[in-house]
Amino acid sequence: MTDRQLVGKPVPRKEGRDKVTGQARYIDDLHFPDMLYGVTVRSNAPRGRIQRIEFENDAIPWSELTVVTARDIPGENSVALILLDQPYLADEFVNHREEAVLLLAHPDRHLVEKARRAVRIEIEPLPAIFSIEDSLNRKEVIWGEDNIFKSFQVEKGNVDEVWEGADFIIEGEYQTGAQEQLYIENNGVIALASPEDGVTVWGSMQCPYYVHKALLKLFPLPEEKIRVIQVETGGGFGGKEEYPSMIAGHAALLAWKSGRPVKLVYDRAEDMAATTKRHPSLTKHRTAVTRDGKLLGIEIDFTVDGGAYATLSSVVLSRGTIHAAGPYNCANVRIKSRAVATNAPPHGAFRGFGAPQSIFALERHLNKVAATVGLTPEEFRRRNFLHEGETTATGQVIHEKVDLNGLMERAFELSDYYQKRESFAEANKFSVKKKGIGFASFMHGAGFTGSGEQYLQSVVGVEATTEGRIRILAASTEIGQGTNTIFGQIAAEALKLDYDLIEVAKPDTGNVPNSGPTVASRTVMIVGKLVESAALGLKQTLVQGGFLTEDYTQENFQTACLAYIEKHGALKSFSQYKQPETIRWDDEKYQGDAYGAYAWAVYVAEVTVDPLTYEAHVDDFVALQEVGRVIHPILAAGQIEGGVAQAIGFTLFENVVWQDGRMANSQMTNYIIPTAADIPPIRVFFEETPYAGGPSGAKGIGELPMDGAAPAILNAIEHATGLSFNHVPLMPEALMLEMEKS
Amino acid sequence: MPDENGKCAVPCTVNGEAVTLHAYPMARLLDVLREELRLTGTKEGCGEGECGACSVLLDGALVNSCLVPILQAEGAQIKTIEGVASGEQLHAVQQAFIECGGAQCGICTPGMVLAAINLLEKNANPDETAIRNGLAGNLCRCTGYIKIFESVVRACQNTEAKS
Repeated sequence: MTDRQLVGKPVPRKEGRDKVTGQARYIDDLHFPDMLYGVTVRSNAPRGRIQRIEFENDAIPWSELTVVTARDIPGENSVALILLDQPYLADEFVNHREEAVLLLAHPDRHLVEKARRAVRIEIEPLPAIFSIEDSLNRKEVIWGEDNIFKSFQVEKGNVDEVWEGADFIIEGEYQTGAQEQLYIENNGVIALASPEDGVTVWGSMQCPYYVHKALLKLFPLPEEKIRVIQVETGGGFGGKEEYPSMIAGHAALLAWKSGRPVKLVYDRAEDMAATTKRHPSLTKHRTAVTRDGKLLGIEIDFTVDGGAYATLSSVVLSRGTIHAAGPYNCANVRIKSRAVATNAPPHGAFRGFGAPQSIFALERHLNKVAATVGLTPEEFRRRNFLHEGETTATGQVIHEKVDLNGLMERAFELSDYYQKRESFAEANKFSVKKKGIGFASFMHGAGFTGSGEQYLQSVVGVEATTEGRIRILAASTEIGQGTNTIFGQIAAEALKLDYDLIEVAKPDTGNVPNSGPTVASRTVMIVGKLVESAALGLKQTLVQGGFLTEDYTQENFQTACLAYIEKHGALKSFSQYKQPETIRWDDEKYQGDAYGAYAWAVYVAEVTVDPLTYEAHVDDFVALQEVGRVIHPILAAGQIEGGVAQAIGFTLFENVVWQDGRMANSQMTNYIIPTAADIPPIRVFFEETPYAGGPSGAKGIGELPMDGAAPAILNAIEHATGLSFNHVPLMPEALMLEMEKS
Repeated sequence: MPDENGKCAVPCTVNGEAVTLHAYPMARLLDVLREELRLTGTKEGCGEGECGACSVLLDGALVNSCLVPILQAEGAQIKTIEGVASGEQLHAVQQAFIECGGAQCGICTPGMVLAAINLLEKNANPDETAIRNGLAGNLCRCTGYIKIFESVVRACQNTEAKS
């Protein structure tokens, strides 16, 4: 047998050829006969009561248009996710400026756009709130009884007892802004719907079964009459986790009423303004330390702005809360957190999912703590890093081999940290431009939090086709990160077959089992493991049925599959997630094993601050991480590079300007993301300590790179300028204000 | 001259083939390519000339087709992503994007490939600064650009090795 080892090899991306030749078909590339184009008419007030809707402009043939309001909804008017508080279409009240009120469709997409502008929705305004402070102070109560979607409290040891004996108590306050995912392909779907044939939706999405669940509430149909198919998706980053349920419902409602296929594709301005963004956050730290720099107690108060409806805020809050105390060993920790309501469009999933916000606060704060104690940032961390056998804030005992100090030293070698720390400080005395170097150390848990994976009970199938090929059946989507390729590698490795022999079925709820959502850095570690076990199950079936012996060639295997299909009709093997006995989690107390595994990382940023233009530029970036076994070195590095680039945007470029709860700069012209000219060399390094729970030892990596860049860069800016900035995005205006003062 | 529907006949060459397009004078080249010719490899990302997903080559120049009124294409040589490979034979840039991981979600890729080809036509051996500047009009949200830079370098190496 030839050497078929595939894990760790940079095999070609499964759909790579289609992508580089322009043959890959995304939702806006599909065209159905008799198709209508849909548009969404939205609220024009941040909060209020709808008085009347008028159709102005007599030149528009209104009778030719399909018009859908809340009254046309055949099932329940709520987007099913966690709570049922968000309507598909506002009926009486609106709670944010982009809330959908009415839908229109027509065969002429220019006409329907003209019609959209001619609908006048008269809204009697109600007082609205736009900030975390106003929400916490209940300036107006806009959601539930107290504006609180969800709150958590994590307790470890007794933090109340540490303050008295502490040599230093250090406080700090940290803020992060909203961030737009800015996938280059906007949200879009095409729907077909009728009471007889049911509802079928094709779309750009991360989680077909989320959409399926939502449509099941919206239409009075049995499960099997609702079908959701993911088409090639031009990026997601969390932005296509929950929102596609909304747009799919809208298109399906128009299709249901018109009896024709309806395409609903957002343009950039609508996508940026109306769809979810990263939760803005406010974190307060209070830390007790000894004179020799040992952490005695950590108290953290973490709040995220959830926008007008609950959506995924509780889960985002959960991850942010659990990551808030970072990879440090501290006996006494209290984290209190909450997600609050404001009259902004709901904030949602975005790579990192709450962790970039709370880690930013921690990694900035610890530099302040170190300076107060009189230690370097690295020496302070060295004295407090978490080791094997010690416990996290939730009391999770770390059983993995983790060497954060070793990771940090290697990152420093790779970035020449010590030498630059000194030489920059010296050179800055004489140069106009100021250079600095800084770092952050952090971890990111892979998979759903706590009991989440147990609750999901994901399923993956592997089948043999009549062409003698192997096909993977999963709802996990390819959104650029490489799902198809990785799954192909894992199955080929498990079955000792050629990579080219493996195909991955299109995620279609009519054809694939629910392997859970494509989120939470879970696709490789959790779903990949199921691919591996389903593949092994398929082989086992052949061996036990006498069709195959353990020592087989690829030809033997194919022959055995065909013989099995000939005799039994089909050959499929399924595998369902079962939580390992060793993972324990208490949902009430928020204690226990929050994640099956963590990726550990130290990132180092080098910056130049220009005191004439007040620009901060990242000159070099070292990203070192321990992620278990790397399945595909190019895809893995691509995830880290892309994540770091997004995080650099989050830190220095991407400023959502709010005007009464509405994004005022919803254009690529004035919401700026890093270009090819802005990005520093991003030097990616992996340490590989195989994780027994992942396929071939892999852990999750997708979100990790979003976590560390912001604090590393602001730590570097502090080194360069001596100024301490505690909010992102840090725009030149803010730099100017502080630099002119000093 | 516009016909009775207000549409103009616009003769031009698309991917080496002479065609006559029929469109309203201010129709965007992007829409005409996608809707009339069904060349959907050219993508719309922003509709305002910022992201470069709709990049095509117009008489050898890289343009954002969302900003080009169709009348400007009269008599022009237009190349879209569909015209880059020669049959089954991929262009060196396309091959390099596959080898180096230059494409992730793929939505910026057609524009990015054309931008890279345009860059290499002007400068067969660009240094890093030239690559960065040559691609600065094309946004990518997945890769952080690093693998795209590597793809361009690889394309140069592969082309040199052949010649």
